[in-house]
Amino acid sequence: MAAPTTERPASAGDTRELAPARRGNRAGPALLTVLTWIVGIGFFFPILWMVLTAFKKEADAYTSPPSLFFTPTLEQFETVFSSGIGPYLLNSLFATVMSTVFVLLLAVPAAYAVSLRPVKKTQDVLFFFISTKMLPVVAAIVPIYVVVNDIGMLDNIWTLVVLYTAMNLPIAVWMMRSFFQEVPKELLEAASMDGASLWRSMREVVLPVVSPGIAATSLICVIFAWNEFFFAVNLTAATAATVPVFLVGFITSEGLYFAKLCAAATMCALPVVVAGWIAQNKLVQGLSFGAVK
Amino acid sequence: MADVVFDQASRVYTAGAKPAVNRLDLEIAEGEFVVLVGPSGSGKSTALRMLAGLEEIDDGEIRIGGRNMVGVPSRDRDIAMVFQNYALYPNKTVGDNMAFPLKMRGVDKATQQEKVKAAADILGLTDYLDRKPKALSGGQRQRVAMGRAIVREPQVFLMDEPLSNLDAKMRVSTRTEIAAMQRRLGVTTVYVTHDQVEAMTMGDRVALLADGRLQQFDTPADLYDKPANAFVAGFIGSPAMNLFTLPVSAEGVRMGSSELRLPREVHSRIGGHERVTLGIRPEQWSVADGASGGGDGVSSGVKAQVDVVEELGSDAYLYAHLDDDAQTAVVVRTAGRSGARRGDQNVLTPTSDELHLFDADSGDRL
Repeated sequence: MAAPTTERPASAGDTRELAPARRGNRAGPALLTVLTWIVGIGFFFPILWMVLTAFKKEADAYTSPPSLFFTPTLEQFETVFSSGIGPYLLNSLFATVMSTVFVLLLAVPAAYAVSLRPVKKTQDVLFFFISTKMLPVVAAIVPIYVVVNDIGMLDNIWTLVVLYTAMNLPIAVWMMRSFFQEVPKELLEAASMDGASLWRSMREVVLPVVSPGIAATSLICVIFAWNEFFFAVNLTAATAATVPVFLVGFITSEGLYFAKLCAAATMCALPVVVAGWIAQNKLVQGLSFGAVK
Repeated sequence: MADVVFDQASRVYTAGAKPAVNRLDLEIAEGEFVVLVGPSGSGKSTALRMLAGLEEIDDGEIRIGGRNMVGVPSRDRDIAMVFQNYALYPNKTVGDNMAFPLKMRGVDKATQQEKVKAAADILGLTDYLDRKPKALSGGQRQRVAMGRAIVREPQVFLMDEPLSNLDAKMRVSTRTEIAAMQRRLGVTTVYVTHDQVEAMTMGDRVALLADGRLQQFDTPADLYDKPANAFVAGFIGSPAMNLFTLPVSAEGVRMGSSELRLPREVHSRIGGHERVTLGIRPEQWSVADGASGGGDGVSSGVKAQVDVVEELGSDAYLYAHLDDDAQTAVVVRTAGRSGARRGDQNVLTPTSDELHLFDADSGDRL
């Protein structure tokens, strides 16, 4: 009889003590969620603001405090188009797509070789690839300019295609290498026992497995090529200039027209967002890569 | 179907180092089921991979159907392999996985489907042909891997520990299924495992490897009854055979303060050796209560004290140590529920005349 009576207050005391601790446990994730939202909005807000401003009239763009409610207009986009962004967009698109295609054509076989058929010097080769990224572009621009000038390729979009390919190739090889390394060796062995040639096993077995990696690598290459400014501004003029060059030119000439500038910037950002959205599905697949047995 | 011959086949990974597979000689008959077994690092998987064409043959030859395979790529060897982790193509459906080897050989679509269907029927995979491997259980994946191997109707099946990723129950049922299927198809099969139960139950013959060398190549029964050396004796059988290295006496061997008498025929095999390794299987002991005598100088039994009793139901394992020498452990297999308990004093007497004697230095059977 004595035991239960002494136990009861003790257990009541336990719950009282435990309760705040439990609440603390629940507060932790909630706090993290709030923090995540704050950081997320902090990053996203300037972009949202840019997009919103792009749909405003110039007068609305300058009101203080800023007006959240306004009549959206496409006026700024029309102005940007009429000011000749078209050729720049086409140049950017061409340089980006062509360089990404070339990078993939070169990097995928290279990464396959260094990850699945390594030789003694493979590590050195990989280091050489990445070492090319260690020289600042500024340091290389003078010799590049001289060479490009000598072969008469200044202001030619193919110059940018070649440079962007060279610029992205090391990163792509390293990225694809890490994806190839995830491919179970037995898959290739099984394919070769099943009678597949190197080419067939690459196409039918390996590439489908690493396709999320190819999507991720392509996306990185597209972003880097699309955003590239330094080569473009130094090696192109009227015919081969890309969108970043146009945008900077726009700042100086139309700097006071804030809404117009935002419209131009939004248009520049849009293709990359679209590319990311296309790749998204594959990227998510990439996260479940480990499910491959 | 074809016979397979390993003729002094060797694999050396780094020049000058010990070979992973050292001058392996095996003659596997047409339609035979041969199991390569051994501890890890014994070279059994390497030997299989050499046969598969996934490892080079650095020395010697491997012949399939009389044709030397040195330098022949895997895809031209007409063999099929089941991998430990199955190596199914994750992006292909079960049906496409199984059809892949046919497709690679340019078999027409209709025949592909027909053969895949037939294999799926045998393996009970008909309802799963449209699924991706990800949506299958471990046992089903294993069967898909089997299916991919059998649709080809290859000359030789190679299996590299195909059951080790399954749970215990599944392993037992799949073991019998594979053995039965092999017998029905009659395809020469080389099967690698580290599990001696699989080796003993599945193979027509078992090749036991250690340190890259073949120790014995025999039927399971002969491997158990006539181990070629002390290593084989200790590896095959569970619990393992008791192996004691002992000085030879006039009528037997001395074990602590007792003398174990050996049958005349067994004793005659000792020859001039002063020390021998005596092998006694756990089931070759009779157990008597320690109070009823024995251990009095010359007798046929030794006194031992029980440390652990493992009761398995049908039988029980007693783990004991000798009274004279606490370092010498003895394993005894008795009938289940014999009432043995920890701390029991027993007199152990070898019951069988089939005792095993090995050279104390080389380990070879005497």
